[in-house]
Amino acid sequence: MNPVNYLYLAALLFTIGASGVLLRRNAIVVFMSVELMLNAANLALVAFSRLHGNLDGQIIAFFTMVVAAAEVVVGLAIIVTIFRSRHSASVDDASLMKL
Amino acid sequence: METLIGLLVAAPLLGAAVLLCGGRRLDRTGHWIGTALAAASFVLGAVLFADMLGREAEDRTLSQHVFSWIPVGGFQADVAFRLDQLSMTFVLLITGVGTLIHVYSIGYMEHDERRRRFFGYLNLFLAAMLLLVLADNYLLLYAGWEGVGLASYLLIGFWQHKPSAATAAKKAFIVNRVGDIGLSIAIMIMFTTFGTFAFSPVLESVGETSEGTATAIGLMLLLAACGKSAQVPLQSWLGDAMEGPTPVSALIHAATMVTAGVYLIVRSGAIFDAAPAAQTAVVTVGAVTLLFGAIVGCAKDDIKKALAGSTMSQIGYMVLAAGLGPIGYAFAIMHLVTHGFFKAGLFLGAGSVMHGMNDEVDMRRYGGLRKYMPITFATFGLGYLAIIGFPGLSGFFSKDKIIEAAFAKGGTEGWILGGAALLGAAITAFYMTRVMLMTFFGEERWRNAPTPSPKEPSVEPAAETRGEYEVPHPHESPRSMTIPMIVLAFGSVFAGGLFSWGEAFVHWLEPVVPFEHGHPPVSALTVTSATVVALLIGVGAAWLQYGRKPVPAVAPRGSLLTRAARRDLLQDDFNHVVLVKPGEYLTRGLVYLDHKVVDGAVNGTAAAVGGLSGRSRRIQNGYARSYAVSMFGGAAILVAATLLMRAV
Amino acid sequence: MSFPLLTAVAALPAIGAVATAAVPAARRTAAKWLALAVSLATLVLAAVVAFRFDPGGDRYQLTESHAWIADFGVRYELGVDGIGVALIALTALLVPFVVLAGWHDADPLEGRTPDRRWRPTQGFFALILAVEAMVIISFAATDVFLFYVFFEAMLIPMYFLIGGFGDRAGARDEDEAAKQRSYAAVKFLLYNLAGGLIMLAAVIGLYAVTADQLGEGTFSLQAIVEARQSGELAMAQNTERLLFLGFFLAFAVKAPLWPLHTWLPNAMGESTAPVAVLITAVVDKVGTFAMLRFCLGLFPEASAWATPVVLVLALVSIIYGALLAIGQRDIKRLIAYASISHFGFIILGIFAMTSQGQGGATLYMVNHGISTAALMLVAGFLISRRGSRLIADYGGVQKVAPVLAGTFLIGGLATLSLPGLAPFVSEFLVLVGTFTRYPAAGIVATFGIVLAALYVLVLYQRTMTGPVRPEVERMPDLRKRELAVVAPLIVLLVFLGVFPKPLTDIVNPAVEHTLSDVQKTDPDPEVEAAK
Repeated sequence: MNPVNYLYLAALLFTIGASGVLLRRNAIVVFMSVELMLNAANLALVAFSRLHGNLDGQIIAFFTMVVAAAEVVVGLAIIVTIFRSRHSASVDDASLMKL
Repeated sequence: METLIGLLVAAPLLGAAVLLCGGRRLDRTGHWIGTALAAASFVLGAVLFADMLGREAEDRTLSQHVFSWIPVGGFQADVAFRLDQLSMTFVLLITGVGTLIHVYSIGYMEHDERRRRFFGYLNLFLAAMLLLVLADNYLLLYAGWEGVGLASYLLIGFWQHKPSAATAAKKAFIVNRVGDIGLSIAIMIMFTTFGTFAFSPVLESVGETSEGTATAIGLMLLLAACGKSAQVPLQSWLGDAMEGPTPVSALIHAATMVTAGVYLIVRSGAIFDAAPAAQTAVVTVGAVTLLFGAIVGCAKDDIKKALAGSTMSQIGYMVLAAGLGPIGYAFAIMHLVTHGFFKAGLFLGAGSVMHGMNDEVDMRRYGGLRKYMPITFATFGLGYLAIIGFPGLSGFFSKDKIIEAAFAKGGTEGWILGGAALLGAAITAFYMTRVMLMTFFGEERWRNAPTPSPKEPSVEPAAETRGEYEVPHPHESPRSMTIPMIVLAFGSVFAGGLFSWGEAFVHWLEPVVPFEHGHPPVSALTVTSATVVALLIGVGAAWLQYGRKPVPAVAPRGSLLTRAARRDLLQDDFNHVVLVKPGEYLTRGLVYLDHKVVDGAVNGTAAAVGGLSGRSRRIQNGYARSYAVSMFGGAAILVAATLLMRAV
Repeated sequence: MSFPLLTAVAALPAIGAVATAAVPAARRTAAKWLALAVSLATLVLAAVVAFRFDPGGDRYQLTESHAWIADFGVRYELGVDGIGVALIALTALLVPFVVLAGWHDADPLEGRTPDRRWRPTQGFFALILAVEAMVIISFAATDVFLFYVFFEAMLIPMYFLIGGFGDRAGARDEDEAAKQRSYAAVKFLLYNLAGGLIMLAAVIGLYAVTADQLGEGTFSLQAIVEARQSGELAMAQNTERLLFLGFFLAFAVKAPLWPLHTWLPNAMGESTAPVAVLITAVVDKVGTFAMLRFCLGLFPEASAWATPVVLVLALVSIIYGALLAIGQRDIKRLIAYASISHFGFIILGIFAMTSQGQGGATLYMVNHGISTAALMLVAGFLISRRGSRLIADYGGVQKVAPVLAGTFLIGGLATLSLPGLAPFVSEFLVLVGTFTRYPAAGIVATFGIVLAALYVLVLYQRTMTGPVRPEVERMPDLRKRELAVVAPLIVLLVFLGVFPKPLTDIVNPAVEHTLSDVQKTDPDPEVEAAK
């Protein structure tokens, strides 16, 4: 199969993820969408690795997984904390990021 | 001998430094120190005079280079003195009259707690005035010029607690500064033209430059002279300067400082000789001022202000003479010296009268004082006869010569100037007789309490108008005051005759001040008789008005001219309308402008930046999803841009 | 290698600043004495510099040169000409008086016991010394980048001095005063930073030009001037003009030149008198000094090109500053506007391009420093007695405090350039120097002397003369410490007014060098007078 098709799939996944981040209000779902985007990027990287015939892309994909795992830990912790204090997991309820 | 010249200035300067920095310790002895140093300066002057007489007439100029003052490139200003016959004359006048007035002040200022300071200022004045006449270049002269201005400022405002005195002092300084602009511009032109501003090189090479340049320098020097010598249009400060203690009026505002302008013009004679237009300006100023001052002198009821008007007018005579060129220079100086004697004597007499009359200055509150103050009356009377030009006394010789020289100018100009000078002589006789009659003759108007003057704002009611009136007890002044008056009276009587004996004065000055005999269109005898007739008319008119009829204790309303003359011919009103008011509006407008426009532009820029930041802050609303949108948007734009660049 | 004297003069107050700041909180008085001792020691070192300097010798003397940021050709290069020596001496001379005059300005408020960690007193004196160090190094720097760094860095301590310490509020509302103060400090900082930013661009531009044409970029003033004179470095006309403007704007803000002056009245009005002296007598002089050294030296053609405009702005400053001074109701703001007028004279003299003009301008910097210090410090003593800066709140002070009034008058007379006092010498030189080349400008500037008489005498009359106002009745005369501040300044004013030769001897050769940089000679007199 043509590896370019994997790139189309990655673009599709990325778009789905991006729409999820922008449109959904539930923090958990937003979070999952972010993961989807990351994995779309991973897929693209691996596809490129295959296309170019070297391992750079795969190595970066591993990095991304590690970062994603770390992000899940921190991100989930933040979401849980916010949920505990506000009894809501909607991202539009919190505007704490401005002074 | 040369080194003595420096000491001449140093002695009073030392006195000023000691007295002003010495503190209260010197309160008891200060006036003696001041007087002693003034006298020391006079003795030094006399020694130098004797030495000078011992040498040939052509060989009498002494010069002393003390040190290099401001050397920058081609600009070489030195502290260097030049003592020739002209400066010698001034040195003797300044130190002589100065010493007498120091002595007089010991008595006059006896009850003033700041007497030490007064003597310090007087010494400072002497030092600056001597510097002025001894300098051998214009810049050092300028230093002395401003120095006497400072001393005058300090002494006019000596009674600083009186707002009127403080205002008068400030006014004198500022009007003088306007004149000083002239002197400094003159020096700049000299430096630009000649590369130097020392007397001899400038005066010797003034012929090599264009007439335009010489005229410019001459006019600027005239402006300076107008400021210092209270000539029209910068005359307005002199009347107010009478706020100072009377010895100050006698020394500074009659005998010496105000004549500095005449010195400047005579000293720079070569420049004026090369610039006929400037000379015309000088004689015009002189003629106008001599009439102006005389008219003002006729209307004043304040004895000192009447004398101030007279001073202005007499200096007008001198300036007129100085503008006539070599036919007049020597007579200007001669009148200056005789005037120094009789006007100082008159002022000291006025001071003596005030001393005995509880410091009253309004002549309408005097009358019949000759019985109570015989010495003052006699000396004042001799001064009076001298100033009106009574034949045989000092003023006669000097003033008559000036009138002759004015006629000798020739042409229509000569007739106009001579006529003005003659008219001035008549008015002089009128106002001086008026002063004499109102003060020493007639009924004793001071016995009754004054009535407040009706609706005449220009006549300031005396301070004692309110409350109890204390009848003064007129009495003769102490000897420290009468002796200087007697000495000056001698000068007023004999100086003129002595100077004119075989034209002694003219020949004495001739090596430094060029002299030519003027040839009036009519004989000298005719001019002299005309002068005497003018004098008699003036005296007679005054007697008709103030001798025959009793003098009202409250000034009558008077004619339009009288009222204008009481207000100094509206000079202050003119300055107020033309300069002061617009100036105030200008500064106020500029303060507003600076705040609103210049600073406003700056603050406006700051506000604009602040506002812009405020707007852009709203984009940052804290919602995670709006941040995400901007991130995606940004990324999309980047990608689009990259692709677009690829495509192009 | 010889002893690095110039570094020592600058380092001493810098070390002193650190030491003063480190004095324990409770030992406030010790900090004051330490600061005074350091400033006096700096004065001694500055005197050594002045004596070691040989007016007939090389243009730059006591030079030091070390690599600093080698990659960009930045060097630590110091050296002084006569102008630098005069200004370093002025700075070192004034700071002890500033310290002494501000002795109680940073004390804890009366009746309030500070807690144990309260230490603004230390900070106040440390900041003054820090400013001194930076100003001295600016006067000595011959590397453009080095100069730039300290030119900008001195804003920081000045910012804290203006914003952190004000007059005792007296009758005024303390909060309102603090607000005004912080407004003034921010305005000062932003104004000067904006100017500095433009200069930074020009500095980088200069580096680029040198790197482009000489192969290796340099910031060294001497190297650039030499390269320009030998023709190795030829700037395009527009480049030179732009770079000149970049430098000039920064200096014109600092100097300050109309219309970039509005920060000065605020800064001087709100800060304490000693800090105001530091601003106008010391820090601002860096601006005019730098015009003389950098603008004329680096960009001679552009300087000639800009001369007409600069002269007009200087004349406007002279007249405008004086008129605004007349219109002020606040003593300190009046003195600030008077200073603007005087800076106009200095800039006029610099751009007249004659030896009298530039020599006079250099002397003017020194003399204006001393005379403003005298006037401002006495004004400060007066204000501290009554707690008001408004002229209308005074009257008749002469009667109760004659010495204070007398010194105030002498300071005022110096400000209006009375002959016999130092400023006359410099003002007249500037006027003559301007007149020989630009007669009209000289005449217009002369009117400034009448206006100066007006603002000084009106101020004196309203505050010192007239009937004694009840509020000033109990005003004490100058104390010993205050007299110790004022008396030496007055002695110096008289000395330099009567015998300025020692100063002119040092300055003249440096001015000749500067004139040869811009390739100008004095105009010859019309008539060669018989000498």
